[in-house]
Amino acid sequence: MRKQIVTSIIAIVFFTLLLGIVYPLVITGIGQVAFPGNSNGQKVYVNGKLVGSKSIGQSFRKPVIGKNGKPEEKEEEIVTEPDPRYFQSRPSATEGGEYNAAASTFSNRGPNSVKTKEADEENLKAFLELEKPYNPGLTAAKVPVDAVNTSASNLDPDISQANARIQAHRIAAVRSLPLATVDRLISNYTSERGLLVFGEPAVNVLELNLALDRLKAA
Amino acid sequence: MTFSGWATIFAFAIILSALAWPLGQYMAKVYTGQRVFLSPIFAGPERFIYRILRVDPESAQDWKQYAKSLVIFSLAGWLLLYLILRTQTLWDFTGLNPQHFKSGTWDLSFNTTSSFLTNTNWQFYSGETTLSYFSQMAGLTVQNWLSAGVGIVVAVALVRGIIGRSGKSIGNFWHDLVRTILYVLAPITVVGAIVLISQGVIQNFAGYLTAHTLTGATQSIAMGPTASQLAIKMLGTNGGGFFNVNSAHPFENPTAFTNLFEMLLVLIIPAALIFMYGRMTGNRRQGYAIYGVVMFMFLGACIVAYIAEAHGSPAQHAAGIHTGVISGSGGGNLEGKEQRFGIAGSAIFNVVTTVTSCGAVNSALESYTGIGGAVPFANLSASEVIFGGVGTGMYSILLYVLLAVFIGGLMVGRTPEWLGKKLEAKEIKLAGLAILITPLAALFCTAMGVATSAGTKSISEGAAPAGGGHAPQGFSETFYAYLSQANNNGSAFAGYTGYIQPNAGNAGAHGITFANLLGGFDMLVARYGPILFTLAVAGALAGKRFTPAGLGTMRTDNTTFSVLLIGVIILVGALTFFPALLLGPIVQGLTGHLY
Repeated sequence: MRKQIVTSIIAIVFFTLLLGIVYPLVITGIGQVAFPGNSNGQKVYVNGKLVGSKSIGQSFRKPVIGKNGKPEEKEEEIVTEPDPRYFQSRPSATEGGEYNAAASTFSNRGPNSVKTKEADEENLKAFLELEKPYNPGLTAAKVPVDAVNTSASNLDPDISQANARIQAHRIAAVRSLPLATVDRLISNYTSERGLLVFGEPAVNVLELNLALDRLKAA
Repeated sequence: MTFSGWATIFAFAIILSALAWPLGQYMAKVYTGQRVFLSPIFAGPERFIYRILRVDPESAQDWKQYAKSLVIFSLAGWLLLYLILRTQTLWDFTGLNPQHFKSGTWDLSFNTTSSFLTNTNWQFYSGETTLSYFSQMAGLTVQNWLSAGVGIVVAVALVRGIIGRSGKSIGNFWHDLVRTILYVLAPITVVGAIVLISQGVIQNFAGYLTAHTLTGATQSIAMGPTASQLAIKMLGTNGGGFFNVNSAHPFENPTAFTNLFEMLLVLIIPAALIFMYGRMTGNRRQGYAIYGVVMFMFLGACIVAYIAEAHGSPAQHAAGIHTGVISGSGGGNLEGKEQRFGIAGSAIFNVVTTVTSCGAVNSALESYTGIGGAVPFANLSASEVIFGGVGTGMYSILLYVLLAVFIGGLMVGRTPEWLGKKLEAKEIKLAGLAILITPLAALFCTAMGVATSAGTKSISEGAAPAGGGHAPQGFSETFYAYLSQANNNGSAFAGYTGYIQPNAGNAGAHGITFANLLGGFDMLVARYGPILFTLAVAGALAGKRFTPAGLGTMRTDNTTFSVLLIGVIILVGALTFFPALLLGPIVQGLTGHLY
């Protein structure tokens, strides 16, 4: 019995050092040398300023400026609206504002819940209000699900191709660009399925918006 | 539904089988002490570890000694992990707590420690808002390895008991554990971690980033040594996410390819163990028969989940959302699912992680449709024999095989025999107990959870109907929580919480002691109970004389027996839970009514 206890204590300390300290350090070393960009989160800089991570979705909403020239507040939170110059990410329900990447969370909206229905209706209405002026034929039946449903992580960096193509009409109008140019950018930043069948094509919103900004600067 | 969705299911099954078969042959060599191609690398370190531990790897243990080593080692691991979580701030000097998180509370630490020791990885905590990098590495990652190792060695011991020709030995715990870690887990984990980083999983010790977004807002982005924990979390069917949203987080599962890769990591060892069993017992046909049985049930689960999720939810339809496929969008119930995985990639991932004891999720189970959500329920209700956790799945299905042989023997009026061993009352009693502990723990805890006011505090606000009272979703959440913990799975209808809601940031929030303790109890009982009874079965079988199969022996490697085995699993496993399933997910699946 005593021998078993001594062996167990030695074993747990030894394995903690090996698997809990040495192993993660070795992997970190390999990662930092071989794939430094990925290991550190695919950071994106513009003019030397960190604007986000390629992997992590972000909000492209902006504060609503009130009549007094200051951002409007409601219940101590700044009221925001979609910035029409940018492609919009999927709705997000993280705590402390949309796309809070320091606290990922599920929305946990149940399939038979009235609250889910209300959230869906609200998101659908907002999407139609924003895009309909630029897409006269747009109806609820043509709105893709990713535009109204929150994602799992609530940090989804991607939208569907259908969603992007609808928003392209707005971007082209607001930025005075040919629609073909915007559509070309969309396909440039679309990741295809893995090994032909796995997953869905996905359009990276941050990369797409950065490309739009570069277009203007060029 | 789309062509690529259906192709996903079958392509995955084929890739998995092609990879698992050679691994199974390799593992059979590892556990029979033969040389393998990694021996030149690991033989030296292996001897070195035995010297440090001061054990003789060749000394034979009977089942009681084996169990004693396992239990004492687990207890030591429990104490150390609990200590690390409770003293998180003490380790700040290492610089591995850049966000300065406080130490865990006693009740939550009890739950988390029990959770990682038992390979459950149920998470009442949120990774990126409560745990330091030190706790994740030195605490949780270590148990990700060890709990997987412990599960595998129990399966190996049972197989040894079955093939033992004489005597009482079922091997040596330390020998099996060290060989599992070095020869099986380590090579795949290290390669896996590097592949994951190459695809965009992060691995660093930096503090959280502050980004200035294009529209002028600031965004804080969590960092950490993710890949090293992720690789063993999947391979060891542990499932505890580095981040709160687990494998839905873009840093923890960045692409459609990593989604596939992670699914393969989860199932590769459970699938390989079945082939290993066939080879070690010298009856490969029986290995294939068992593989066929679990693959059949696995594919069934995938198909049902995919169809249900592709159909969309009642809430979506009531809101006027079109859930069909349109050009450029796969449609379906995308609430709580990531665009890059789509419906099929999400549904199959969750089948993969709920048939095993993994419990990682890449989409929000709480948001699955009634029937889509009933699939994980059914998987758990079958006591995780459909591949199952590393080791646990193997020994669980072997107990079911034993039961099926017994029932089959009774039906045709012959003495039940299995691989040359006569089955008698003692083994059947022990196997019965091993099988029944898990459902008992799950149902007892669910009853406590829904019948007490301390228990219902854990139900999420979203699951309660607007006008007060109770809704099926609340019952589903509770039932799933204790079913998942009893099966050492760890996936969750994540609205169910160990904190008073809203659980902003978790740290320092008001914990629900009741749920933490009940869950911890649930996990410990349902893990160590079956392990001890399984080792006892191994011991009982090891001591039996071998009698060659005669004309009167019922065959256990043909289709008839496979069908009988499926029947026994469904009868014993699933029907135990049927009344409870009716009250939750099935009600939700059969109605378009909103609550």
